Amino acid sequence: MREMINMVVVLTVLTALSGGLLATVKAKTEVQIENQVLKFQKAPAIKGIFPETTNDPLAERFMIDNEGVPLQVFPGKLSDGSKAVAFETKGTGFGGAVGLMVGINVDTDTIVEVRVTTHSETPGIGSRAKDDPSFASQFSGKGLDTNFSMKADGGAVDAMSGATVTSKAVSVAANQAKEIYQKLKPEIVKQMN
Amino acid sequence: MAQSLAKEFTKGLWAEIPPFRLVLGLCPTLAVTKSVENGIGMGIATTFVLVFSNLLISLLRNIIPSKVRIACYIVIVATFVTIVELLMQAYTYELFLKLGIFIPLIVVNCIVLGRAEAFANKNGPLPSVADGLGIGMGFTLSLAALGAVRELLGNGTLTIWGGTPIFEMAEGFLPFRFMLEAPGAFIGLGLMLCLMNLIGKK
Repeated sequence: MREMINMVVVLTVLTALSGGLLATVKAKTEVQIENQVLKFQKAPAIKGIFPETTNDPLAERFMIDNEGVPLQVFPGKLSDGSKAVAFETKGTGFGGAVGLMVGINVDTDTIVEVRVTTHSETPGIGSRAKDDPSFASQFSGKGLDTNFSMKADGGAVDAMSGATVTSKAVSVAANQAKEIYQKLKPEIVKQMN
Repeated sequence: MAQSLAKEFTKGLWAEIPPFRLVLGLCPTLAVTKSVENGIGMGIATTFVLVFSNLLISLLRNIIPSKVRIACYIVIVATFVTIVELLMQAYTYELFLKLGIFIPLIVVNCIVLGRAEAFANKNGPLPSVADGLGIGMGFTLSLAALGAVRELLGNGTLTIWGGTPIFEMAEGFLPFRFMLEAPGAFIGLGLMLCLMNLIGKK
């Protein structure tokens, strides 16, 4: 009995201490990681979605309130004069959250382009969502009345073979972006002007 | 004392150099050594984890009940691995992207757990740190050497740090692309192991 209590106490104390330590390190590195993600993940994604803008979407980014959760929005003025926004949503993939940067043309309510940002999917399988443009390009130019679920689930998107979970994560993120946009559009347009 | 510390340190550099002598931790060895830079980055991350987990485990070796020792080791190792992951994300983001999934996988790297069980569990903090440092440096050197062979033959370049190659093969060199693929890793590792055994025999 004594031995068992000893085991339980040692393990509990050890895990509690490591939990505390990790929380501290995470809190200390959070801002720095945020900057790095912005520089190495979001900036290239934005550049891919809006290759030519007359403004700087990164510098003009603003926060908007989505039911208590702050949402980072990147406004882009496209070269043909129309306005667009990009923001990131997340779906749950095979190895954790899959970030999707979704660019939406505000004037026509269509998707400009989508890009996968942060993910921990299996290299060579799920990671194709980011590396192989043919999957993400299915979203380009689609209207926001489209259902972005998999074709098997009655939607309009072809899954990547062998990477159903990742494909679904991207779908979920895209559908979520659609909902957020439809809900917050007035707010976004107000902020952009 | 200083002599035995030096011995614990240097044994990791030749006599027990992983992965060649111990043949442990092959998963990251084969997977990340596409370039010298990746090898060094992985090696440094593993060294950090080894040194701190060895230190902590040897300090706690009389407190940890032997029946749950593996669970305790895993908690300690996992904590340091997560710290390394966060630090790499914060300060060397490009390297973090290249190593990706193999950083969290240090938790189940046999070298780390092996040193905890075989050494830190039975020795004091100072020799344990020396042991961790030695094994870690040996691991870093091995990965860098294997990375150098693969990068040189497979890509015709050598990149130590920061993405710019310090050496490039002469024009007209046709790289063996296959050295960058998984079979190239096995063949490179096998040949190096063979070479080390040849030298060790004399």
